[in-house]
Amino acid sequence: MISIYDFIETLTTDSGFWNPLIWGVAIVIAFLIVYIIRGFGNKGYKKETEQTKVFLSGNPEYKEEKMHVKASNLYWGFTESLKWVYKVLDKMHTGNVSDYVLWFVIIMGTLFIILGVI
Amino acid sequence: MNLETIITHSPALIVAVPLLGAFLTPLVGKINDKLRNVFVILTVGLTTFFVFLLANDIFSSGNIRTYVFGGGTPITDGGFAIRILFEVDGLNAFMAIIASILALACVIYSWAFMKENTGLDKYYTLILLMVAGMFGMILTGDMFNFFVFLEITSISSCVLIAFWTNKGKAVDAGFKYIVISATGALFILFAIAILYSQYNALNMAFLANSIQYTFLDKIALVLLIAGLAMKAGIVPMHMWLPDAYGRAPSSVTLILVGATQVSLYGVLRMTFTLYGSQLTIPLKQIGDTSITMNGLLGITLIALALITILVGVLMALKQTDFKRLIAFAAVGEIGYIVLAIGAGLTAMGTSYGNMAFRGGIFHIINDALDVGLLFLVAGAIYYATKQTSLNQMGGLSRNMKYTTVFFLIGLLAVAGMPPMNGFASKLLIYQSTYQVNPIIAIVAILCSILLLAVFVKVFHSAFLGPKLPKFKDVKDVPKSMLLAMGIIACFIIFFGLFPEFVVNNLVKPAADAIINNTNYITTVIGGAVP
Repeated sequence: MISIYDFIETLTTDSGFWNPLIWGVAIVIAFLIVYIIRGFGNKGYKKETEQTKVFLSGNPEYKEEKMHVKASNLYWGFTESLKWVYKVLDKMHTGNVSDYVLWFVIIMGTLFIILGVI
Repeated sequence: MNLETIITHSPALIVAVPLLGAFLTPLVGKINDKLRNVFVILTVGLTTFFVFLLANDIFSSGNIRTYVFGGGTPITDGGFAIRILFEVDGLNAFMAIIASILALACVIYSWAFMKENTGLDKYYTLILLMVAGMFGMILTGDMFNFFVFLEITSISSCVLIAFWTNKGKAVDAGFKYIVISATGALFILFAIAILYSQYNALNMAFLANSIQYTFLDKIALVLLIAGLAMKAGIVPMHMWLPDAYGRAPSSVTLILVGATQVSLYGVLRMTFTLYGSQLTIPLKQIGDTSITMNGLLGITLIALALITILVGVLMALKQTDFKRLIAFAAVGEIGYIVLAIGAGLTAMGTSYGNMAFRGGIFHIINDALDVGLLFLVAGAIYYATKQTSLNQMGGLSRNMKYTTVFFLIGLLAVAGMPPMNGFASKLLIYQSTYQVNPIIAIVAILCSILLLAVFVKVFHSAFLGPKLPKFKDVKDVPKSMLLAMGIIACFIIFFGLFPEFVVNNLVKPAADAIINNTNYITTVIGGAVP
C-alpha cells in the first residue's frame, strides 16, 4: 500500500541527496529575499515615459520586428570559435544514405575488434 | 471474468488490441471520421489500461509473468513449452509504460493536428500497427518474434515518416529510414540465425542459460548491439534520426521517440539477459589485470556515449530548423542513457554501478517524455504558423500562452534543471560516472549546460521578442493538442517532484531486472539445464 510519505521521500545517492520539496521551499525563501531587496530600489521608474525608451547610441530605433535577434545570429561567437569542429561535423553529415551505412559498418568492425578479437 | 484473468492475458492483449484495432480502423473510417478517431483513442486507451494493470501487478508483486501462445505443450526436458512466449519482468513493464503514454498522447494530439490531411484511415492504421510492433518488441521472450515485431515497427514507421508525401524531403527521410532499418534488421536476423544454429533454440531465457560465449556468440553479440544501436541513434550511426524526426509529422515523431527507446531496450535485453551470465567472466589476463567483457563493453559504450552527447549537443546548437534542433538534442540525450549503462557495466557489482543503471533507466522515461513534449510543441507551432525555421519565428508567447508554458516545462526538463525530472536522473548519472572517472562527469555536465543554451536560443527566437505582424492572427492550438501536451507535462512534473517514489517503484525493478538475469531465466526454464 502506497502512503503519502512514499511521495515525499528524499532521493539519496552515494554522496548526496535531492528533494524537490526542500528545493521549492529554498526557492520561495530566495524569492522573498529578492522581493525585500527590490523594495529598497529607486521608486522613480515611470512606465510609458521617455526613460523607458530604447537608446541605441543616438541611432534611430528600428521597427519592433527588426529588433528581434534571429536564431542564426545567436551564439555566433561560440560557433565561430569552434569553426574547425563544425567543419568536421558538417563533413560527417553528408545526408547520403550510403554514408550512413558506411558508418554502421565502421562501428560494427570496431566492435568486432574490441569484443571479438580481444 | 475476474481481474486476475485479465492480468494473466494482458501480455497478449497489449499486442492484440492495437493489432486488431489497426485492421478495423479503415472499416470504422468508412462510417465516420470522428467515430474513427474515437475508436483509435479508445483502442490505445484500452491498451494503456492493460499495460498499467500488468505493470502494477509486476511492480507490486515483484513476479515475472509469462504468457505462452498456443498452449503449454510440447515441453522440453527442461520443462518449458516450445512455443512463442511473452515474458514480462520489471524492465518490460517499465518500457511498456513509456510506449503506452507516448501512444496515448500521439492519438489524442493527432485528432486536431492531422485534421486537414487526407488518408487518415491509413495514418491511424499505421500508428496502431507501430504501437503493436513496439509492444511486441518489448514483451516478447523469443528472438525471432522480436525480429518480426522490429520489422512491423520499422515498416510502419517508414511509411509514417514519409506521410507528407507532398513534401519531397519527407519521402527522402522515409527512404533513408527504411534503408537503415532494413540494414540493421538484416544483421539482427543474422545474429539470431547464428544463435539458433548453435543452440537450436530461439527462446531468450533458454539461450541466456545455454550461451557459452564462443567466437560465434561474440559475433552474434556484435551484430545485435550494432544493429540495435543504429536504430537507437547512437553516434555515428545517428544520421537518419534528424532526417526522420525532422520530416515526420510531430505526432509520428512522438512515437518514433518511443521506437528509438525500444531499440535501446533491445540492446539492454540482449546484453544483460542473453549474455548476462558471461559479462563478468575474465576474458584475458594481462599482468595483474584481468580483462572482463563488462569492462571492455562498458568502456566502449562510455566512449560512444561521450561522442554521442558531444555531437548531438554541438549540432543542435547550430540548427535553425526547430525539429532538427530537437532531433539532435534527442541524440545527445540518448548519449546520457548509454553513458549511464556504460558506467554501470564498468562498475558492475558496486553500489555506484547500480546507481548508474538506475540513473540510465530513469533517464529513458525522462528522455522520452521531455523530448516528446518538445516535439509536440514544435508541431503546435507548425500547426499555428506553418513555420519550422526559427529564423522566421518570434513573439509567439504573446499568442500561444499554453504552448509557451509547455515549452518551458520541456526546456527545463530536457536541460536537467531542477525541479524537473531530467535533473533527478542526470544527478544519478553524474554522481555514478564521477566515480568511474571525474572527467566523464564534467563533460556530461558541461554538455547539459550547452543543452540548456540550445533551448534558451529556441525560447528567445520563437517565443520572445515583439509580436510579428505576420503572426498577429495566430491563436493557440486546439484543445486536443493542448491535452496531449498537458498529459506529458503532468508526468514530467510528477516524476520531477517525486523522484524517489518513481525510482523505488518503477526504476528499481527495471534496473534489478538488468543487473540480475537469473529470475528471467528460471521463470521460463525452472533452473533446469535442458
